[in-house]
Amino acid sequence: MSTAIQDPQTVERPNYLNAEYGWKSWLLTTDHKRIAILYLISITLMFFVGGIFAVLIRLELLTPQGDLVNSDTYNKFFSMHGIVMVFFFLVPSIPATLGNFLVPMMIGAKDLAFPRINLLSWYIYIVGAVFTLAAVVLGGVDTGWTFYTPFSSSYSNTFVITAASGVFVAGFSSILTGLNFIVTIHKMRAPGMTWGRLPLFVWANYATALIQVLGTPVVAITLALVGLERAFRIGIFDPAIGGDPILFQHMFWFYSHPAVYIMILPGMGVISELVTCFSRKSVFGYSFIAGSSIGIAIIGFLVWGHHMFVTGMSMYASLYFSLLSFLVAVPSAIKVFNWTATMFRGSIVYDTPMLYAFGFIGLFTIGGLTGLFLATLAVDVHVTDTYFVVAHFHYVMVGGMVMAYMGGLHFWWPKISGRLYPEGWAKFAALLVFAGFNLTFFPQFILGYLGQPRRYHAYAPEFQVLNVMSTAGASILGLGYLIPLIYFLWSMRHGPKATSNPWGAKGLEWETTSPPPTFNFDKTPIVTEEAYAYSHKQEVEVG
Amino acid sequence: MHEIPSVKTYVAIWATLTILTFVTYSVAKIDMGGFNIVVAMGIAFFKMMLVILFFMNVKAESPLTKLFAGAGFFWLILLLGQFFLDYATRGWMPEGKMW
Amino acid sequence: MADSHGVVAEHAEHNPNLRHHFDTMAQQFDSATLGMWVFLLTEIMFFGGMFGAYTVYRSMYPEAFASTSKHMDAFWGGLNTAVLIVSSLTMALAVRAARLGQQKNLQILLVLTMIFGLAFLGVKAIEYHAHWVEHMVPYWNWDPNYDGQPQYAHNAQILFCFYFFMTGFHALHMIVGVSLMLVILMMARRGAFNAEYFTPVEISGLYWHFVDIVWIFLFPLLYLIGLHQHTT
Repeated sequence: MSTAIQDPQTVERPNYLNAEYGWKSWLLTTDHKRIAILYLISITLMFFVGGIFAVLIRLELLTPQGDLVNSDTYNKFFSMHGIVMVFFFLVPSIPATLGNFLVPMMIGAKDLAFPRINLLSWYIYIVGAVFTLAAVVLGGVDTGWTFYTPFSSSYSNTFVITAASGVFVAGFSSILTGLNFIVTIHKMRAPGMTWGRLPLFVWANYATALIQVLGTPVVAITLALVGLERAFRIGIFDPAIGGDPILFQHMFWFYSHPAVYIMILPGMGVISELVTCFSRKSVFGYSFIAGSSIGIAIIGFLVWGHHMFVTGMSMYASLYFSLLSFLVAVPSAIKVFNWTATMFRGSIVYDTPMLYAFGFIGLFTIGGLTGLFLATLAVDVHVTDTYFVVAHFHYVMVGGMVMAYMGGLHFWWPKISGRLYPEGWAKFAALLVFAGFNLTFFPQFILGYLGQPRRYHAYAPEFQVLNVMSTAGASILGLGYLIPLIYFLWSMRHGPKATSNPWGAKGLEWETTSPPPTFNFDKTPIVTEEAYAYSHKQEVEVG
Repeated sequence: MHEIPSVKTYVAIWATLTILTFVTYSVAKIDMGGFNIVVAMGIAFFKMMLVILFFMNVKAESPLTKLFAGAGFFWLILLLGQFFLDYATRGWMPEGKMW
Repeated sequence: MADSHGVVAEHAEHNPNLRHHFDTMAQQFDSATLGMWVFLLTEIMFFGGMFGAYTVYRSMYPEAFASTSKHMDAFWGGLNTAVLIVSSLTMALAVRAARLGQQKNLQILLVLTMIFGLAFLGVKAIEYHAHWVEHMVPYWNWDPNYDGQPQYAHNAQILFCFYFFMTGFHALHMIVGVSLMLVILMMARRGAFNAEYFTPVEISGLYWHFVDIVWIFLFPLLYLIGLHQHTT
């Protein structure tokens, strides 16, 4: 044991990490914090599985000939990358880890409303992940993450049912997490924790939970229908025998478009926390940020048709969906403007989490604005199924959500582990991630606009320079994700001990010890002030 | 908690539901063209409201429960409405005149 | 100092049914009820997806659809509706009995609810058997000639598939419901409930009524539309 951590005056307080030992105490736990750790480990594994496929995709695209693998294998690469990353990393990422850990603590509760259901949701996730990984090991899936019919239901010769079962099962994990959050936030708030005082992270998770609960069942039933069709050849989605493949897309995107907001709203919640804390200022426009989360959750169900402009959907439906898609920009812009206004004249501290927050705001803005290009009917016809779309959603998903996830992980790591990570390395990694990300995906906007289609393993030689840039950027990005993995693991043993509030942040989670005791608080806290009351106390004691 | 409805109320609701089942069956035999489905769904909706308000006792529940009970149907209408936004208007654009 | 021991002591004098992370029985009851409502929300969307897809195909193939309703026996469907409504009544009365702490009545009413639930499933089995005999089961036993109307065979197959999918899914919910009743009944016999604690009865009741509501819509949608074309 290193000597630096042996602080003589603190005999290890009882906390959720040392309350019990042994694998049973983890696998049978009902403590939301331990379940968050279980999720953290699982989704990190899935992130690297998805990452391996990303590496293979970028390696193949290094040269225009398509020489590393054949097109069938390449189809499996991008499909598995998408399925693993979307359903097993992005959807559970912030809600199931940071949300699980923090939501009860932020509202002053001892646990989520249904701790055993919370554990169940993790096991369901694992079953889903096992199905999906089985599909990978058996030989993969080549339908793309969207499982479009009739290819998936009638023609693909890969393990579609296995992979779709994995997604189907994992959906229930997501539903149960959402259900738990909704009930917890409604019923478990500490005295004084009114809706107007809820941290914005909790608001964001509430909005996310609504989408999870309302949208996920529809995709589950859709995938069940694909499975039925595949097994029994009934003709539900196969136009050759009377089915309508576009109906699949309607049903799929009824969930999967709102699911895009499952993947970004919790990230926005994290950024709201980071921006106020590191600007040392109360958040600007609290109620607008909170309301815009709910707004996004609702409008998110009204825009799915913009994925289907070129499918032969009715032109009038396209008009409607295009118009409403522009509307999503309003609540998103409200958030970005309010974060900017929060920083204005704040005493900004450039710590690692804030670097990620800066990254998020910039990259999400680019991702969001290019979304408006895609919502425009005529432009969409030009760029559909090109790298422009790929770049757009990676700017939102990776540049947005993963940035926020990393920022949040750094911000709350002292609370989760009770240890501090090395700030220098963390800043370095954050800069690597930002630089690597832009180098990877900005060229793809240009590629797409010039006409390189997505999902092909070979491309015209004149696109090679930009593709090489993209692959180079991906290598830097990969390194940027590996470094935090290493220093987080290192810090659990060797990092300096964290005080209960190392950032001088506001919020109930910082009022308990690091790491928190099993039931979060020694005494149920009573809330007497608004959220983010930074201006009450200008001088901040940083521990 | 809330006041407990009497057995009489429950039986009255049950009787109404049973009569409505018979009504919807009888009405379905009359040819009313497009109105058959409207009537059938209208009666079903009314029956549903009776079950929700009395058997599930939402009448006496908090506004929150009412909100959640209503939200499901709101979202169902979003789903169906936007499906039919496409399917109902597909034939409107005459073929060949699009470009 | 005030560590987990303090927490345990604080709850020792409370109702033994109160789980540690809730402060009061009312909070626990409200959470469970709200949780069930949120669950029912997901169920609505679950069935909603099926209803949506079914409605789309019905509007696409109205003639084929009309031809399928000939094979649906509205008598059995109507009878099942009536049976299910009775079971909803007994369920509602069971919840009432639980609230009032009438343990004997509660057990009788739960048994009645189970009996009606099983009766529903029995009738459903009779209907499924009839479809099998008529070769109306897609994939396993499907008549490609479709009753002398081969022009509808493909589309009718889709609609029959939805019929089995929706009613099968509903029947699955009934089976879950009857099993729930069995669990509740055993808990009731053990004396687990009293006028202060009857949460499991309450939320199982909500579930049961929901399954009833699904059938209230399935009945006219599957059995009644097109009935007038076959009776006259």
